[in-house]
Amino acid sequence: MSFLNNTYIGNILSAIGSLATGMKVTLCEFFTRKVTECYPENRKTQHIAERHRAILRMPHDEEGKNKCIACGLCQQACPNGTITITTRSVTDEETGKSRKVLAEYRYDLGSCMFCQLCVNACPKGAIEFSNEFENAVFDRSKLIMKLNK
Amino acid sequence: MIDFSSINSTIDSYLHSVLPAQVATLVECAIIAVCAIVAYLAFAIVMIFMERKVCAAFQCRLGPTRVGFWGLLQVFADVFKMLIKEIIDIKNSDWALYTLAPFLVIMSSIITFSCLPFDNGLQVLDFNIGVFFIMAASSFGVLGILLAGWSSNNKFAMIGAIRSGGQMISYELSMSLCILTLVVLSGTMQVSEIVEMQRGGWFIIRGHIPAVIAFIIYLIAGNAETNRAPFDLPEAESELTAGFHTEYSGMGFGFFYVAEFMNMFIIAGIASTLFLGGWTPFYIPGLEGFNEAMEWIPGFVWFLGKTLFVVWLLMWVRWTFPRLRIDQVLVLEWKYLVPIGLLNLLIMTVCVVMGWTL
Repeated sequence: MSFLNNTYIGNILSAIGSLATGMKVTLCEFFTRKVTECYPENRKTQHIAERHRAILRMPHDEEGKNKCIACGLCQQACPNGTITITTRSVTDEETGKSRKVLAEYRYDLGSCMFCQLCVNACPKGAIEFSNEFENAVFDRSKLIMKLNK
Repeated sequence: MIDFSSINSTIDSYLHSVLPAQVATLVECAIIAVCAIVAYLAFAIVMIFMERKVCAAFQCRLGPTRVGFWGLLQVFADVFKMLIKEIIDIKNSDWALYTLAPFLVIMSSIITFSCLPFDNGLQVLDFNIGVFFIMAASSFGVLGILLAGWSSNNKFAMIGAIRSGGQMISYELSMSLCILTLVVLSGTMQVSEIVEMQRGGWFIIRGHIPAVIAFIIYLIAGNAETNRAPFDLPEAESELTAGFHTEYSGMGFGFFYVAEFMNMFIIAGIASTLFLGGWTPFYIPGLEGFNEAMEWIPGFVWFLGKTLFVVWLLMWVRWTFPRLRIDQVLVLEWKYLVPIGLLNLLIMTVCVVMGWTL
């Protein structure tokens, strides 16, 4: 049918073809499972995207230890000053040298913009974003939390 | 099949027996007007709800689910919201025309609505030039749109109205050509006769190829007539805020909104009357049991089923294609639909003359 290219009849036929393609796509969409989440009702079964960034967490292992080395890179990376790290020095028993350890990892959810720069900056993978999103509170001071145990 | 004309004549003779002739006619007119307007509003509610649900399904959503069970009360909530909105007086607008315009639009829509044959005898206006009357009545809605755009004293509204005028007058042509094609096939313009003739087989089957082409062109032109996407240039949100009804608030806007939806219902209703057999059931020649079973389904169910199916087709198109540019709209009409429509009319005439119809 190449002789019909760019002719009147050819245009009509190709238009019908392309319109039919579009209508096929939407018809398939009409019958697919709908993506709407009926939120409060489906609390038990809802699916939150794994990479959704809802709140910053610092995972701890069974002994209650975290991987943070208090280097402060996340604090520097944060554009909003959301993270404040306080350190204290301890003396190593074997070498006798003093070194910095984490005293408090303070995170202000209220000013976090979930850019993930802190997580990317961390050399040890000590912090991560979790997808627990039900973080609404009535008092702003409750948004400031201590992440390390 | 219930014959509503016998019920009508019973009511008619009862009224004439208790009232003088002129008063009886007046009372009948009032009853019919109330029935027609109530039915109009009821279908408007159905249409708006259907639009929301179908649109949602095409976009992979669920649509309204919160107001009432399955969102059934959503439309009532919308109407209530619209009713409590302030009606603004526009400075320097032409007050009389500005107020008149929505009523013209809805009036044309209601008149056309009352021509639809819902069932055997369940039809308000039925006379020998019925189809002709439908075309005339539906086309004066454009007057209301032009007035709305002009009297609002707003450039967006003006451009929207001018576009609407150009577009609707153009598409009226190919719509009329399609209707003419069917008139050639049926040989009558009376709506009830056209439906009655389709007892033997729907016109889209009996007219085969030219009828199918006419059906498709009719749906395209009908979509353009109702100012819906992909032909929603008169109210192109991104360019013209809301086009001709930019300045309307409250129920003024509500009338345009309802009229738009009901025009779609009317377009679908006419399509199902002319092409899909109106209220006549679907028959397969030779299958007696099947035909008898089909006969048990009441006529208005058939009519509404067909009409809502055509509405669904229109919505499918509306939520699939992007909006055309104004020159593309006019090119589509004048360079493609009108010549094809004329050719199609010729083919149909040849088919009818040669007896090639089924």
